[in-house]
Amino acid sequence: MDSINKAVLDLKRLDLLANNDSSIHRLDARAKVLVTCVFIICIVSYGRYELAALFPFFIFPAVIIALADLPPLFIARKIALLCPFVLVVGMFNPVFDREVLLHLGSFAVSGGWVSFASIVVRSILTVGAAFILVGVTGFTAVCQALERLGMPQVFAVQLLFLYRYIFVLTEEAGRASRARELRACGKKGLGIRSFSSLIGHLLLRTWQRAERIHMAMLARGFTGAFHAHRQSHFGKSELMFVLGWSTLFIFLRLQNASQLLGKLVTGLFP
Amino acid sequence: MSHHIVEVKNLRHVYSDGTVALKDASFRITHGESVGIIGANGAGKSTLLLHLNGYLEPTSGNIRIGDIPLSKGTLPDIRRTVGMVFQDPDDQLFMPTVFDDVAFGPFNLGMAVADVEQRVTEVLELVGANHLRDKPPYNLSGGEKKRVAIATVLSMSPDILVMDEPTNGLDPFARRQLMALIRDFKHTRIFTSHDLDMVLELCERVIVLHEGEVWADGPTLEIFNNEKLLAECRLEKPLSMQGCPICGSGRLAGSAIPCPKSYASSGFDS
Ligand SMILES: Nc1ncnc2c1ncn2[C@@H]1O[C@H](COP(=O)(O)OP(=O)(O)OP(=O)(O)O)[C@@H](O)[C@H]1O
Ligand SMILES: [Mg+2]
Repeated sequence: MDSINKAVLDLKRLDLLANNDSSIHRLDARAKVLVTCVFIICIVSYGRYELAALFPFFIFPAVIIALADLPPLFIARKIALLCPFVLVVGMFNPVFDREVLLHLGSFAVSGGWVSFASIVVRSILTVGAAFILVGVTGFTAVCQALERLGMPQVFAVQLLFLYRYIFVLTEEAGRASRARELRACGKKGLGIRSFSSLIGHLLLRTWQRAERIHMAMLARGFTGAFHAHRQSHFGKSELMFVLGWSTLFIFLRLQNASQLLGKLVTGLFP
Repeated sequence: MSHHIVEVKNLRHVYSDGTVALKDASFRITHGESVGIIGANGAGKSTLLLHLNGYLEPTSGNIRIGDIPLSKGTLPDIRRTVGMVFQDPDDQLFMPTVFDDVAFGPFNLGMAVADVEQRVTEVLELVGANHLRDKPPYNLSGGEKKRVAIATVLSMSPDILVMDEPTNGLDPFARRQLMALIRDFKHTRIFTSHDLDMVLELCERVIVLHEGEVWADGPTLEIFNNEKLLAECRLEKPLSMQGCPICGSGRLAGSAIPCPKSYASSGFDS
């Protein structure tokens, strides 16, 4: 529980990164949201056995991390946090899909393994892109941008609340589990009964706290509208940013760049 | 200015589990008054305050702020008028940084970016927390959180300031700072506290709650001199009104100046 708590506090750190200043940070949030969307759509639209074609896409996170001066290790650790979920999702592919798809030397690789690897790479790319988006924009600004791009305000506000709610829940969870551990006097098996009552308490407390926080927001004039203190407008550099990256992504999506590169290399060195 | 009158009539509140937290509370606070609400733990102080900006709905009875009766439709206006500091600062802080948190209200009021910056700096200076402006609120100490929570409310320039145990958890210096701040606040102030010396210094009027009822309502000195009443309500005279602990002689009522003999007997003068 403690480690989950830490991980989430770390997520808040991601939000803090958005307060830095760089050429990427200064771009209008809508541009970054659009580019990230195109990126994710391109990745997700690949077939399940596609693997090599995905690798050129790593250029996007790499460039943004470098330009925005994000801590790469921190981002990598955040992505690693999601690995267990991805492994569960992809785990059965190698079991059910045994048809041999390619040979690496004398090694036969089944379709299952390829699709499994593909799922992992695609998750890393999409989740990484989302984290980077928050890191260079801030979650509130992302919601605001989504709203300005035409998402109904209700959904944008819901999204923002969901995000806050995750923090509230884990903070409460951290506190409750600490109290339980301290009173267990070092015993290992804390008992399923105390655990289930802990969960019950936790949900009630979270709900109450979330309500009080909502109240605090209302008390400070929250009407569902967002305000970012970085004033920005969709200008020339935003347009360039969106067009440049989108063209690259779509080009990569339509052409298999790895193969192109391979052909080029084999063409040069016959 | 009838604008800042707070009128509570026959207020009764029963929590959903059947606890009768407020039985029948009535009082009227006029503009510019500074009123302390005191009472034992569980007397219903927080419950009462939470009604003043509509967080809790009365089971019966009614509340008026200025000329406006408190109801669903008038809530946004009332919340702008009544600035409320909760007992637990964690309920009040929800943005990624202290600055964002304090700026949240002014932005919702539609202030321009430059004005917001200035306002935030002002109130943070006022509570002595300007050095914390870029820190995330969840990493602050208890007293620092409290000060920021107070700043978030002050930034809205409320007409009525309501605080639930404002000095709870503050160090002596911060407590003095906050007391000066409350003293300088021009409009109506209502706060609960177990810090009876503070109540003695800051309030002309005290309302004593006991088991959900208004047990006494009158001038501060009169109430603190009524030993029978205080004993009934599990309260004590403020320390500054009690005899000097060292020589047993009394002090001037209402003065914080200690008995001069206590210095002599503790051997500070050789
Ligand atoms: N959400 C709730 N549900 C049920 N009962 C509650 C709830 N909140 C408070 N109470 C009960 O209502 C009564 C008054 O509580 P309240 O919080 O107003 O006390 P208080 O005067 O602020 O005390 P303290 O000095 O300890 O802060 C208490 O008996 C408490 O147990
Ligand atoms: Mg209370």
